[in-house]
Amino acid sequence: MIEVRIHGRGGQGNVVAAYLLATAAFTEGWYAQAFPAFGAERRGAPVIAFARLNNKIIRRRCQIVSPDFLIIQDEALLHIPGIINGLKPGGRILLNSVRSSEAFADTLDARVVTLPATQMAKEYLGRPVPNTALLSAFLNLTGLLPQAALEHALEQRFQDKVLEKNLALIEAAAKKVEHNQWQEVANA
Amino acid sequence: MLKALEGSQAIAQAVASCRPQVVAAYPITPQTHIVENIAKLVANGKMHCEMVSVESEFSAASVVLGAACAGSRTYTASASQGILLMAEVLYNIAGMRIPMVMTCANRAVSAPISIWNDQQDSMAVRDAGWIQLYCADNQDAVDTTIQAYRIAERTELPVMVCVDGFTLTHTLEPIDIPEQAMVDQFLPAFNFKRALNPAQPTSMGTLVSPDFFPEARYSHHQALLHAADEIVAADADWAKISGRASGGLLSIDGPDDAKIGILTLGSVYGTLVEAREEYPDLPATKIINLRAFRPFPVAALCEACQGLTDLIVLERALSPGYGGIVAPEVQASLTSVHAATRVHSFAVGLGGRDIPLEIYRKLHRRIQLEEPAPFTIIDVELERLPVEDYGVE
Repeated sequence: MIEVRIHGRGGQGNVVAAYLLATAAFTEGWYAQAFPAFGAERRGAPVIAFARLNNKIIRRRCQIVSPDFLIIQDEALLHIPGIINGLKPGGRILLNSVRSSEAFADTLDARVVTLPATQMAKEYLGRPVPNTALLSAFLNLTGLLPQAALEHALEQRFQDKVLEKNLALIEAAAKKVEHNQWQEVANA
Repeated sequence: MLKALEGSQAIAQAVASCRPQVVAAYPITPQTHIVENIAKLVANGKMHCEMVSVESEFSAASVVLGAACAGSRTYTASASQGILLMAEVLYNIAGMRIPMVMTCANRAVSAPISIWNDQQDSMAVRDAGWIQLYCADNQDAVDTTIQAYRIAERTELPVMVCVDGFTLTHTLEPIDIPEQAMVDQFLPAFNFKRALNPAQPTSMGTLVSPDFFPEARYSHHQALLHAADEIVAADADWAKISGRASGGLLSIDGPDDAKIGILTLGSVYGTLVEAREEYPDLPATKIINLRAFRPFPVAALCEACQGLTDLIVLERALSPGYGGIVAPEVQASLTSVHAATRVHSFAVGLGGRDIPLEIYRKLHRRIQLEEPAPFTIIDVELERLPVEDYGVE
């Protein structure tokens, strides 16, 4: 079973990211589950969402405390104590930042890959919503699902211009990371 | 066909497939997405009903009460303080023997304010005279919603479908929404024989003197007891059409000869079933999912508990000053046939505290004592409390 924990802020589309990931996996024949750990939702507040992917039915409903992967939608969240707690040994972190992966080597070492997702979202969507760019990069890094699965998931949720812009964004985001760099972790 | 859906979205579609004529609701977390999705279906012309926006849960319940009296199939949904604000009307709906279905998106009750899941809200209206069915997962929520209409309309009793807030309502997972034709085959159009009719005026919910009040209560009680058969029948008949059963009054997972049982209501069931796989060295354990809490299935429960030395009741609500709410009923039910079964009562996950897989091992440890431990909140962290608050545990 693959477990992913997504950290972000209210308004960044954390829950939507988890739902999209689970939906994309589902379209590829996986069992999938996604759910939020809400506070009372408000823009800007730290929010956590979870996604599980498995080849058999998922019945547990507890939160994910030892994820295989972390997706962090705002690098400022790294200042919150314990945010990377529980990451499995060998687990990986995808971080939304304009800085290079190496810039975080001191604190997060080789586990981290960065993507300037907010910047890209502003460019492609005209809005600072980094979730779909990060998901696309995540899928390309892990090789877990083809990009087409994410496209299908987006088509179920968005239409017209918003969909078109997101499809362009995820195509560009996937190219920013190395294909299958995390494949071993995903297949472990 | 299986689709990846949020629980609330699936419940809304299940409600729509039952073709209610009047829906009234007031938004409250974590019920909101259900009603929003229904409103969307109505706005998009995919659901044809009168959607009444109201200013409170009291009005929501009153609107569906009135509409049902006039012969409409109705729906409402609420949670937590909303259920409490409805409480007076809920008693009236049941006492007037009005068939209807509502979803309780189970949430803790204030104070302190918690938007998260436990089952204090539905337990608070345990005695209102409604049928209460608890759902283990979102597929169960969909199937139970559809079954609930048939049960309600055949028994002339209202049905509360209890769905754990967030844990189910906000979880996306693969869910099958039955074809409309399947639902239509299962659920005939609502024909309320006592519907208000100007040609034959009647009064409903009138003053009843002591000459008749005990008889009214007696017949209501009998109707709930007899509803057990309709709950079983609805599940069996829906299984013939959909290929899925929800367990009738309760379901049992685990070996017949297990000596230890854990009884739960709602969505913690799946966590326990997977936890059992994680701890194969612990003694064989039956996990009993109590689907029907009202009527309370005494006979089915006695059968399910055969051969158990220990039964752990996982409580998702609390009666402060006593302890668990479900365990005393379980214990009383078992006394005559399985007096030797030790019944343990533990509350877990109050106010949305996460229920991890490790809870399974913890429960097994706690029942190793010579004498059953008194009721306790098993995941309480006493070190978080000031010293003067310990002691009484």
